[in-house]
Order: sequence, then C-alpha cells, then structure tokens
Amino acid sequence: MEKKGKHTLHSEKWIDLYADYLYNYAMARVSKSEASKDLVQETFFAGLRSMKNFEGKASERTWLVAILKRKIIDYYRKINSNKGRAEVRMNFYSDGENQGDWLEERVPQTWGSDTDKKMENEELGGVLNDCIEKLPEKYAMVFKMKTLRDFSTEQICKELSISSSNLWVIVHRARTQLRRCMEDNWFVK
Amino acid sequence: MFKFKITCDQATTICDKSQYRKATLLEILRLRIHFINCKICVLYTKQNNRMSRVFKKNMRKDVICSMTKEEKEAIRTVFENKTSMN
Repeated sequence: MEKKGKHTLHSEKWIDLYADYLYNYAMARVSKSEASKDLVQETFFAGLRSMKNFEGKASERTWLVAILKRKIIDYYRKINSNKGRAEVRMNFYSDGENQGDWLEERVPQTWGSDTDKKMENEELGGVLNDCIEKLPEKYAMVFKMKTLRDFSTEQICKELSISSSNLWVIVHRARTQLRRCMEDNWFVK
Repeated sequence: MFKFKITCDQATTICDKSQYRKATLLEILRLRIHFINCKICVLYTKQNNRMSRVFKKNMRKDVICSMTKEEKEAIRTVFENKTSMN
C-alpha cells in the first residue's frame, strides 16, 4: 500500500496519533465537548476525502489542523446565523433623541458594599460558568477565547474570519449580558 | 475629524477594549471626556474592572482534555467503513 516518498498519508493511524491533539485544539476554541468531537470526526472524514490533494508540503498533523480550522470557521458561521437573527440589542436607545444613551432599566445597578467579599467567594466560579452558559453560543465562544483562553485579538479575527470591530461588539455584548446575569444572581441579592 | 463627544454606547465599547489593553490613546481620551458628563459610564467602568478581576481568577488556560477510548472507537468504526468503501 505504501506510495513512495513524503506523499504518503497513514489514515489508519490518524485516530491514535491526532485525535486528542485535534480535540484539544477544537476545545480551546469551541469550548463544547460534543461539538469538538464532531469537528474532529468531520476533519478526519474530510481528510480522507481529499487525501489525493495532499502534496507533502506540510506534515500530516499540520495538514489536518488546516482542515480543522476550516471546520471551525464553518461551525462559527453556523451558530452565528442560527442565533444572530433573533437578536435584539437591548442595552441602548437605538433611535430618537436619546440615541446611544442608557435605557433606564438597563442602567448598571449600584453594587452593595459586600460585593467585593462576594467576589472572593469560591462559589462565584460556578455562577460565572452558569452565566456564560446562558449567553448566545457565538458570544460565549468569542468571549471565552478572548477572556478565558487569552487568545490575541488578531488571532481570533483570523481564525473566525471576522473583523476586529465585529469582535469588540461581540465581546462588549457578552460582557454586558454577563454583568447583568451576575448582578441578578449574585451581587444585588 | 476629532470628534470628542461620544455616546454611552461607544464609551462602554471603549471601556471593554481597555480591559484587554486594546484601546488607543485617543479612545481613552474620549472616554475620559465622556466621564465628565456621564456618571453612569463611570459606574459601568468601575464594575467592569471588578468583573475583569473575576474573569482573570477563573481563567482556565491549559485544560488538557482527551477523548475517551469509546469515543475514539466510535469514530474508528465509521472511519474504517468509509475507508473500505473507497
């Protein structure tokens, strides 16, 4: 079965060699276990389909990662179009003379004096996670990449092929929703 | 082109950028000027700083996860079917 030289791909070994690597790669970006597994699986199948296009210029792993990157962009676009449509921006007046000002019911609440003490509390991590889970998925994905995984702005923009202003709007909305959720569930009780 | 008056909407976006040290000097200046007239955004910024500290504390940088044996086997089964079809 061996073809000659560098152009050989050993697809039968892929799962043992690269499944975990690709899974981690996907998890760092997608943060959802099930979705990440699906992406890994799709990557292997896509790799299998386009094996004849492999030119041996990069290593097997690099080549598979390149495929996975495309799959992640596709995934992001999918969740983007699913949930993006129904979205209504609720934080600011969008027309009339108050345009761009705070809606009265959206103004930040004053946090009690014991808020700092509450922030030290261990349970907070759980509340934070619950609140992140409640975000629309594309917000959660970008927010986690930026804030929890510490990806650079440029890298996120490139990997999801979005503009930086788009990224900042998403981060802003995610943070605003998170803050509201934390207020309701923790700080202002 | 120097427009110094900004809306609360723009102000909070700049504030969020600055949480990641990504706001430009001009943007920070605009934000500061906005603060003179807008106590709400001052409050927002204060709270945002505290939120950042919370996020930082909960940051998970290197979570190494792996797929279970069964999950790999499941992929392998489908995979081998596909290979044998080719």
